[in-house]
Amino acid sequence: MEQVIFWILAIGTVASSVAVIVPPMGRNPVHGALSLVVAFFFLAGLYVMLVAHLVAVLQVLIYAGAIVVLFLFVIMLLNIQSEDLGHPRPTISKLIGVIAVGFVSIVLIGFILKDKGMAEPPVGLPSDSTFGTVKTVGNLLYTSYIVPFELTSILLLVAVIGAVIMAKRRL
Amino acid sequence: MSGIPLSWWLTLGTVLFGVGTIGVLTRRNALVVFMSIELMLNAVNLILLAFARQRGDEHGHVLAFFIIAVAAAEAAVGLAIILSVFRHKRSVNLDDVRALKH
Repeated sequence: MEQVIFWILAIGTVASSVAVIVPPMGRNPVHGALSLVVAFFFLAGLYVMLVAHLVAVLQVLIYAGAIVVLFLFVIMLLNIQSEDLGHPRPTISKLIGVIAVGFVSIVLIGFILKDKGMAEPPVGLPSDSTFGTVKTVGNLLYTSYIVPFELTSILLLVAVIGAVIMAKRRL
Repeated sequence: MSGIPLSWWLTLGTVLFGVGTIGVLTRRNALVVFMSIELMLNAVNLILLAFARQRGDEHGHVLAFFIIAVAAAEAAVGLAIILSVFRHKRSVNLDDVRALKH
């Protein structure tokens, strides 16, 4: 049962990610962004399977909610016509890039599947486990990781200021 | 629960990362390249969470949280850069942006 769910989510994730980059769908950036939302929702389902409840919620809220809306907003603001983008030319360097990425991925997957230690399923969690809940991860964030957490808020502040300065016509 | 072996998760993460990398290498539309980068970050998150589940260790979740926060910052700044490049060049094709090339 669980493996069936895994396969459904995995195939959905890969298919919608491929739809983001492959021209029939990816030619129009709006279609690409919508495929990206679908991919993020499938990924959130996979995170729930990994008992990462907080990260799954953040995935839907921040990625599917905020980031993709930002993408769509910019795409529609720019109002790019498909003629503006020019015709994609398959060049030799692109072909070499695809072959190299494919080769490295296949070698990596080969090593992953050969390793005996990775072939066993993880130990089951006790039924009263608090693994991955908001409470436990929040506790970690506000105790061991308090300095990085506060630095993240500074990073976001800097990013907001930088984005405004970049995008504004005249300061 | 979770009878899925670690190797399956890692394989899925590798495939997703590969798809994202191919998108970055082959597409010339800056917006699509950006979306591919988001895909790559998500693949890394998936692998982190798979290891966190395998080891029963929540520190991986904290790292995934930070990755999501940094991705949000990166998306805001990157899209602002794309916007201002578009104002100058009237194009989002990355091959047109070559002021530093010569």
